[in-house]
Amino acid sequence: MEIFKNLMYILMTSAIVENVVLAKFLGICPFLGVSKKLDSAIGMSGAVIFVMLMATAVTYPIYAFLLVPNGLAYLQTIVFILVIAALVQLVEFILKKYMKALYQALGVYLPLITTNCAVLGVTILNFDNNFSFVESLVNAAGTGLGFMIAMVLFAGVRSKMESCDFPESFKGIPSTLIAASIVSMSFMGFADVANGIFM
Amino acid sequence: MAKEKISLSVLTKGIIKENPVLVLILGTCPTLAVTTLAVNGVGMGLAATFVLVCSNIAISLLKNVIPDKVRIPCYIVIIAGFVTLLSSLMEAFLPDLYSALGLFLQLIVVNCIILGRAEMFASKNGVIASALDGVGMGLGFTLALLIMGSIREILGAGTWFGIPLTVNLFSPISIFILAPGGFLVYGMVIATVNKLTKGKAIKKKEFGCEGCPNAGGCASCSGCSEKGENK
Repeated sequence: MEIFKNLMYILMTSAIVENVVLAKFLGICPFLGVSKKLDSAIGMSGAVIFVMLMATAVTYPIYAFLLVPNGLAYLQTIVFILVIAALVQLVEFILKKYMKALYQALGVYLPLITTNCAVLGVTILNFDNNFSFVESLVNAAGTGLGFMIAMVLFAGVRSKMESCDFPESFKGIPSTLIAASIVSMSFMGFADVANGIFM
Repeated sequence: MAKEKISLSVLTKGIIKENPVLVLILGTCPTLAVTTLAVNGVGMGLAATFVLVCSNIAISLLKNVIPDKVRIPCYIVIIAGFVTLLSSLMEAFLPDLYSALGLFLQLIVVNCIILGRAEMFASKNGVIASALDGVGMGLGFTLALLIMGSIREILGAGTWFGIPLTVNLFSPISIFILAPGGFLVYGMVIATVNKLTKGKAIKKKEFGCEGCPNAGGCASCSGCSEKGENK
């Protein structure tokens, strides 16, 4: 029970309280770039959740059983980015060959994920927080879920913004950022929610 | 003489006209995350400049050796190598800044400014021009982070580089050093730049894969290139 509680706490924290986009500033590029339409926002975040889970599942054993025992922990960054890049390619091939429907839904977004700092960030943060393997997977799932929540919410905000009339110099990126600021402010309201429920 | 002129414009364009953060909207994640204090912003900017200059030099030296098809993974390995070098050096000599930048130091690897310049500039130009381009772009990045960091530190903490400025005048508006303040200040700064340049600087209305100058880099990986072939 205690373990379950701990895992729920990690999930809640990573998904909502410390939202990956709105509180940790990871993955801003896809957040701003792909959040224009609801369906592409969902497709992109689906791909991110998928790759985050896979990347965590693969990098955790590599780091814990290969790099640390051999004193190579400093190679973390190089190894992780290569693993993620290779993994994204592999996932793309597999999806294309065996799961056509899923490929059509996520395929376009997969190559963009290699340089998504959220994926590399999660794999590194798992070790900075000394998570166990299961905790890392839960954290990855929660972070991906948080990315999806932020993307879907913001896609809604942006569809409303399209009918607004902004001053010339605020059109495009500045107004989007200011809207993101307000969404981010609303997420600050969750600050102590997870502590209140689980602690 | 003519060559010198070219080099000078290569150096200066990154600082203002093609400022990577404020005009090209690249490298947004570190811009928002580390600029809670001006000193962190400058530290991040200089760290990225170091990696940018080194990787630009290395890539322009190796551009004839690297096979075209696997160039993006090669660039990433080169960049990751310099990032690892830098983070080890900083951990040893600047431990305070190292812990302040934390995760974002390692995330310089996926900073699109660096991969973007490797793909757009260093892979096509000579060593000296690439190094100057790296210095210019790096200084532009540092300048943008300094502006962001200064605004957020003065408003949010009442200090500038740790020197108390407005603490006695008004109580600090702490929202500016929290997450929402980052988005707000960034939006405002870009709007100001747009106003000052009267919209001349806005070249890309769209962002994402197609709009970003990194699109060359994106297109080279299999997904987009297949999409390209299908067209």
